[in-house]
This record gives sequence, C-alpha cells and structure tokens, in this order.
Amino acid sequence: MISSIEIVRTAVLALKRNKTRSMLTALGIIIGVAAVIAAFAVGAGANKSIDEQISSFGSNFIMVYPDRSAQQTGNTMRYLTYDDAKAIEDEVSGIEAVAPMINTSATLIYGNTNWSTGVIGSTEKYSEVQDREILQGRNINESDIRQAAKIAVIGSTIAEKMFFGDNPLGNSIRVNKIPFTIVGVFTSKGQSQTGSDQDDFVLIPITAAQKRLVRWTTPGRIGNIYIKGVSMNALQYIQSETEALLRERHRIKPGEPDDFSVRNISQMLEARRKTTTIMSMLLGSIAFISLVVGGIGIMNIMLVSVTERTREIGVRMAVGAKAIDIRAQFLTEAVILSMIGGILGIILGVFAGHSLASFTQAPPIFTVSSILLAFLFSGMVGIGFGYYPAWKASLLNPIDALKYE
Amino acid sequence: MPLVELKNIRKSFKLGNQEVEILHGVNLSVKEGEFVAMMGPSGSGKSTTMNILGCLDKPTEGTYLLNGEDISMLESDQLATIRNKMIGFVFQGFNLLQKTSALENVELPLLYAGIERKERHDRAKESLIEMGLSDRIYHEPTQLSGGQQQRVAIARGIVNKAPILLADEPTGNLDSKTSDEIMSLFCRLNTEEGITIILVTHEQDVAKYAKRILHFKDGIITADKINKDRRPIQ
Repeated sequence: MISSIEIVRTAVLALKRNKTRSMLTALGIIIGVAAVIAAFAVGAGANKSIDEQISSFGSNFIMVYPDRSAQQTGNTMRYLTYDDAKAIEDEVSGIEAVAPMINTSATLIYGNTNWSTGVIGSTEKYSEVQDREILQGRNINESDIRQAAKIAVIGSTIAEKMFFGDNPLGNSIRVNKIPFTIVGVFTSKGQSQTGSDQDDFVLIPITAAQKRLVRWTTPGRIGNIYIKGVSMNALQYIQSETEALLRERHRIKPGEPDDFSVRNISQMLEARRKTTTIMSMLLGSIAFISLVVGGIGIMNIMLVSVTERTREIGVRMAVGAKAIDIRAQFLTEAVILSMIGGILGIILGVFAGHSLASFTQAPPIFTVSSILLAFLFSGMVGIGFGYYPAWKASLLNPIDALKYE
Repeated sequence: MPLVELKNIRKSFKLGNQEVEILHGVNLSVKEGEFVAMMGPSGSGKSTTMNILGCLDKPTEGTYLLNGEDISMLESDQLATIRNKMIGFVFQGFNLLQKTSALENVELPLLYAGIERKERHDRAKESLIEMGLSDRIYHEPTQLSGGQQQRVAIARGIVNKAPILLADEPTGNLDSKTSDEIMSLFCRLNTEEGITIILVTHEQDVAKYAKRILHFKDGIITADKINKDRRPIQ
C-alpha cells in the first residue's frame, strides 16, 4: 500500500479535477454540520440566559399570587391582602424578607417631560427582596406606609430621562396627576437578559398605591407577595408553610383548591429550562438527520464517481494499484469532502447561530467541544458513507474497468 | 530460460449459464529482447492471451512462468505488484487520466511502486523527454495529439524500467504516419534498451515491425514465424 500522504495527495488531485461536483457534494455536509452547530449553540445560549435569570431573581425567591383558575368555582373573588403578607412574615420561619406588591403603570409628569413607566407599590422590604440598593436619598420607611405618604423612590432611568442629571431629590413628580415627592434613587441594575430596562420604574408606599392609584374596593388588597428565604434549602419549607397559612387565613376547607399560588421562581425557570432543552434536542436531532442525509449525498456522488471513473480505476490497477490503494483513495476522497464540509459547516453554523439567536433573544454559545464533535462526526460520516463506494471501486476487475465506455 | 512461458493455457468465461472456452491450450515462449506481434481475427484469443500475459487476468488452466516463476496461482494483489514491476502497458485508447498532466500520468506506476515524489518527478520527466515530449510535460491529454498521447502512454509503460512492454492495438486510433512513428519508437526501445515487446494488432503494416509474428485462430496459435521481411526503422 502506498503511503498515506500520497493517498491524500491523489485524493485531493481527483477532487480538484471536479471542483463543482466536489463542492456540491460537500454542501450536504456543510448544511448538516451548520445546523448541528447552530442548534446546540442556540440551545446552550437559551439555557445560559435562564441561568442568569435565576441568579438575577435570586435563587431563594418565592412568589405568591392569586390563582384565578381556582377561584372560578368559588363565589367571591379572593385576593391577597396586606395582612396576608404580614402574617407570612410573622408566622413562617426561614424568611429573610417579605414584600407585599402592587404592580401597575402610570404616566409621570415633571415639568414638560412625560414618561410612561411601571409603578411598584411596596414596603421598605422591596429593596431587600429584589437586591436593590439606594444610590441617593433614602428608602421608604414604616411611617410612610402608615401615612400612605406621597413619596417615591425612583429608578436610575427615571432620574436620567426626567431630570437630565439634576438632583431629583425633594422634587415633586406627578404620578397619574397626583404629586409625589422624590426621596430616593435606586442604583442601576442595567438591562435584563430579555433586554428590558430594569431601572425604569418608580417605587411608592403600598398604602399610597392602594389609596391613590389602583383604588381597589377590597380593603387591604394587594397584587402579590414576594418572599426571600434565608437559603435555597429553606424554600421548600417556606412554600408549604405559606400554603398552609394562607389556606387557613382564607378559610379554605380541606379538599378545596387553593385560591392562590405559591411559586418557587427557580423551579419555574427550571421547568422552562427543560422545555428549552427539549427544543434544542429536537432541533439537534433534525440537524443530525440532515447531516446523515448529507452523508447519503456523499455516498451517492461517490458511487456515481466510481462508475464514471471506472477507466481511471482500471488504469491505476493496470500500473500496479492494489485493491487497498483504490479503496484508500476513494475513502480518502469521501473523508476529505466531508471534512471540508465540516469546516465550512462550522463557519456557516456560527453565522446561522447568531442570526437564529435574534429570535430567541439569547446570545448563542459555541463550545470547543461541540465544534470538535461536529467536525469529528462529519469525518465519521465520510468514512461511514464513503466506505461502500470505495469498497465497490476496489472490487473492479482491471480488464472490465479498462474496457468500460 | 525464457522470460515468458505459457504452458497449455486454457481460459473459459461464464456466459449466462454456459462456460465458454476462449483459449484451448496456448503454448508460447518469449525470450528477453524479443519483439512479438500477435495477429488474428477478433475472437481468436489474442487479447485474452495478452491479458493473461499482462497479469490482468488469470488462466483457468495451465501454467504461466514469468522469469521462471509460476505466477498462475497468485492473488490479485500479488499480480498488481508484478504488473507494477515487470510489465508496462500501452492501450489502443491511450487510457491516460483526464485533466491530469502528462507528467502525473507517467508518474502513476512509480506512485504505486512507493517511490518518493522527487524521484518520481525526475524519472517521469526523463521518460517523457526520451519519448520526445520535453515541451509537453505539463500538458493535459486534451491538449495533446493522438500520437503525443500514445507517446505519453509509452513513457508511462517504460518509466518503471519494466522488462516487458505489452501493447494492445497501440496504433488502432492513429493515422498511418503517426502509426509509423509510434512503431519506430517501439523498435528503438526494443533494440536500444532491450525491452521485450509483445503487441496485438490486426494490421499487417504494424506487425511488419516485429521480429516474430504469431497467428491466432479459434483460441490457439496456428502459426509462429520469424518475420523475414521486417521493416527497417525509419
């Protein structure tokens, strides 16, 4: 058998003789590898973004909200109240902070500037639960809550967009036409994973929100409750204790469904991660199938090539090529084709991953191992699908091959 | 000791369910330095004999001694090695690789002999120059005339210094003037380098160059004569 470097050189020469066909054959592999690379990169990117969301929420975070689906069977609508939040804080152990929440939106007016934004009604515990720090001024305090004081702590975006670098402290800002005095500014948290501005909001005392903004009729009604546990391990306990406590407070009989829902945010995100993983597995397997189809394309072309080049094979055999030399040459041609397809596919896959990522809003992640794997796999496809044509070529009888028209 | 010796060679092929015998016992002995022409109508067995001589095919029965060694029972890979070392081929249709330079075509036997690149280049070039193609070394077959292509094929046949050159209708695709040129080349290789040449032809004019003429009919050699009126080399 001739040396491997000569086999490679011979194979490259043969492929060069038919550039168009070689490129078209490699195209199948290019697309297959690109699809695999892109699918896994987008999947990995989506997973990472979920991880980051988990860490931005804080891993010890539990959310309680009214469950409308369960309430359809009941007579009256039941809401969460300020006292529910208080009771949780007082009676459930393992809790670091509880924040009753009202989420609404409003138009802010300061001077000539109008600004639509989210308004959060909560207590001084909000900053603790959401890991927020005060940059300037002060946080809400207990007497603000008692008095339903018309004071506000604003996010850094509001400070920028409405005060243009002036000191906002002490100024009065109209929230849905009601004047609120700015007492503090939060530090900036920047953009979230999904690209939304986390600093575009106003925090006011929850009592002020109840009385002056949402004006709900149910006394003490709030939107939902944020709970921060002392640790990840405490969450399970907090969740079940909170459920039991609220059932008791809402007088829900055994066997009746809850009129609220307690959710561990990291659990929810875990569930979403599962979906994402399944999606990327699905995409990956479709990509994998296209790679196999590309391999079949190689086999097809190599079979045609063996038939077309029967005379060449005959000549090579006549001048002394052994069966193994012929087999090695055609196999090498197939492997080179799929390797070239692999390399170009990786490049295309990186581009495809980036453009796909604009839909998923999570930057794709290309790992060296996934790229190596795709490349090695394309080589294996070359061997797998190149073997049969190469073997067929090596079985030719030199006399018949030389006579072939 | 003869260079080539066929003893009672029989060859049959399967045609459908039937075994058809093409060669019914061919006996032939060729000494080193001979120039033999094999003639006969088509189907007479001359090409089959040629294929067996060239180790492209194995006899069904009989013995083939090459350089005194019995090679009739060898495996196809061993035959490939013998073809590579002992035998050069020249075909009617030239059988050059397309889109491949004359040089690379001539290098082919050296490639399979495991000779390294530099030496391959040098020896292939030398062969091409010997065939008068010094200005056609990097041309591809389509850029060469029929006569030039056949000379490239001859260069390929002799590049490995094989002692035997087999030619199957080497002038079949050429006009008579070019045929004469090619035949003169064969004569020169035979006299100057002592290469044993065996060719198949149906043209009397071509056979005239040979020193010895065999006639085939119905699968046996019917006549084996020294060529008395051999054409002088031009």
